[in-house]
Amino acid sequence: MDLQVILLTLVSTTLVYSAPLIFTAIGGAFSEHSGIVNVGLEGIMVMGAFAGSVFNLTFGHQLGNWTPWVGLLAGGVVGVLFSLIHAVATINWRTDHIISGTVLNLMAPALGVYLTRLLYDGRGQTAILQHPLSTMTIPVLSKIPLIGPIFFTKTSLVAYLGIIISIYCAWVLTHTRFGLRLRSVGEHPEAADSVGISVYKYRYMGVMLSGFLGGIGGAVMAESITLNFSVTTIVGQGFMALAAMVFGKWHPVGAMGAAVFFGFAQSLSIVGAYIPFIKSMPDVIFSIAPYLITIIVLVAFVGKSAAPAADGSTFVKAK
Amino acid sequence: MRISKTWIRSIWIPIIAVFLGLLVGAIIMLLSGFNPIQNYSNMFIGAVGTPNAIGEVLRTATPLILTGCGFAIANSAGFFNIGVAGQALLGWAGGVAFALWFPNLPRIIMLPGALIAGVICGAVWSGIAGFLRAFFGTSEVITTIMLNYVALYGTNAFVKGVLAKGDNDYSPTVPVAARLRTPFLERLTQNSTFHYGLFIAIIAAIFLWWLMKKTTLGFEIRAVGMNPDGARYAGMSDKKTIILSMLISGAFCGLGGAVDGLGNYENIIVNDAMPSIGYDGMSVSLLAGGSAIGIIFAAVLFGLLKIGGLNISIMSNTPSEIVDIVIAAVIFFVGAQYIIRYALNTSARRQAAKNAAQVAATTVATAGVDSGPGDGAPDQPRADAIPPRQRGQKQPPVEQAPDHHDDDDGEAK
Repeated sequence: MDLQVILLTLVSTTLVYSAPLIFTAIGGAFSEHSGIVNVGLEGIMVMGAFAGSVFNLTFGHQLGNWTPWVGLLAGGVVGVLFSLIHAVATINWRTDHIISGTVLNLMAPALGVYLTRLLYDGRGQTAILQHPLSTMTIPVLSKIPLIGPIFFTKTSLVAYLGIIISIYCAWVLTHTRFGLRLRSVGEHPEAADSVGISVYKYRYMGVMLSGFLGGIGGAVMAESITLNFSVTTIVGQGFMALAAMVFGKWHPVGAMGAAVFFGFAQSLSIVGAYIPFIKSMPDVIFSIAPYLITIIVLVAFVGKSAAPAADGSTFVKAK
Repeated sequence: MRISKTWIRSIWIPIIAVFLGLLVGAIIMLLSGFNPIQNYSNMFIGAVGTPNAIGEVLRTATPLILTGCGFAIANSAGFFNIGVAGQALLGWAGGVAFALWFPNLPRIIMLPGALIAGVICGAVWSGIAGFLRAFFGTSEVITTIMLNYVALYGTNAFVKGVLAKGDNDYSPTVPVAARLRTPFLERLTQNSTFHYGLFIAIIAAIFLWWLMKKTTLGFEIRAVGMNPDGARYAGMSDKKTIILSMLISGAFCGLGGAVDGLGNYENIIVNDAMPSIGYDGMSVSLLAGGSAIGIIFAAVLFGLLKIGGLNISIMSNTPSEIVDIVIAAVIFFVGAQYIIRYALNTSARRQAAKNAAQVAATTVATAGVDSGPGDGAPDQPRADAIPPRQRGQKQPPVEQAPDHHDDDDGEAK
């Protein structure tokens, strides 16, 4: 293979594998900035993948080419509904955030497969999706010499969407009334409460946004990589997204960058077979690299101060 | 908080949580058109109907007791060890690898050797997270999650590349000397996979109780868990306690993995996902509130649910996943025990208020003339809140702690 083809494949597989992580990691950032730790991202992704797959299979005939994109929204909506369990438990019922997140992770695969069996005559996995999120060539940008063929030909459009959304979300968090209030609730809920900001409302919004984006992330995973839903559709991507968020220091763009990096590590193990130097390295290095790097980054670069100050705490409004 | 009260709570919260979890399962089954009563009775029969089923239940409970104990120790010290699954996986790999590498050892050395290998692997793995937490303040939640996946892919590569023969996805079976199953127990339970591991697990649970309640280390672990600053002020080394508690936690989890590997699987396979004994062990420990005896009961309950759940899908069209939904719901309610307590307190308070109103009415009626106009008015609101104790007046069992509102405020992780 010549260099351009290798680079093209590397870039497009990187984007394909990072897209689910980008959405979910941004979602995690919203939840944590509101002060709710969300280790249930994995479970939210499972439900998103389930909803995306079922939607894709059910409405594929009617919607045609739009199916996968509307499927993402379906995943997002189901993600929001599922994340409400976490919201009620942590915000109103004072559950430990980690326990509640773990409940989501325990619940989602069981519920997803249970519903799949109900819908598809007892089979534990869905059929192959007929309308996947396929790679496509972006019209104008692909004509740019050098960059065009590598970055914008046969590439993952949804990943670019994720990158744009991450920039938009960073702007939302730092420059809008909503974002500033959300962050104030995560940094010092009592202070926010004292100036009349509803801590409960903003925390609900933070968790629901993480549910929406996490659900989209799961749907992206199902509709672009695994192409069906089963219990092994989401194995660790949610935790990897969590890692990306920590790696990116709780910042949407940082999280996106980390997600792309993790996608790159995964794609190296696939494309690496064609690259002489990497071919000789065992696959396992690429599988464990994202996780090891996260630990190292966490120890070496990310101080405790990076996380929102009130992350993981329960706010009880004074009577 | 009075001792008797905590006892009542610690018994009732898990029972109510299990009941509510089963209720959620029943509602889901009703909504999807299945008969919950039929299914739950099938589950019960499937779990205790035959000696074989009982053997399978106890075999399922065995590793959960060990991983549950492991989780409980770290949790007492204030650490949420999500790495249970990874530590168990390493223990599994360590135990099986030891047995395969030294196939000719006599049983008396082989079994302890393989189990200790598992213990060491698990302890080292959790020790990393403990070390990072103690010296760098790195959140153990994130590090143990990451280490889980390193363990998963690492052991898969190890099994595939080192232990497996040819291109298999599983290692050879361990030598007979390293197996925990015995013909005696198999005959006793009609060829179930019940094995000696249960006795190891029960000894481990007793060890946990002894460690936490009877030793200085256990006291320090609990002290650090309740109030790290206070413990440091009292002269305890929090670094030492953190690392030791994580090491012991990982050791239990590694033992759980090794026992399951040598008793149940008798080899090691390439896993698609984290072994379920990790999260199930966590759930067992949360349900039991970290008490050693509670962990044994909770693990057996999980065994009943899991083995009985298989019978649900055999006897009807109901998917057996319903059992996992029930388990998740149970843990949800254990986690949300605030709301259970709140409901109990509210009903108790309502009862008390009703009582108080009656008492106030009778007091006013009988003592109306005696009370002077000056002190009568300010006393009136208090009579509503606190019922005056009278001879022959039966006090309602008020299960309320006045300070529960502030129990868990501002508890930053």
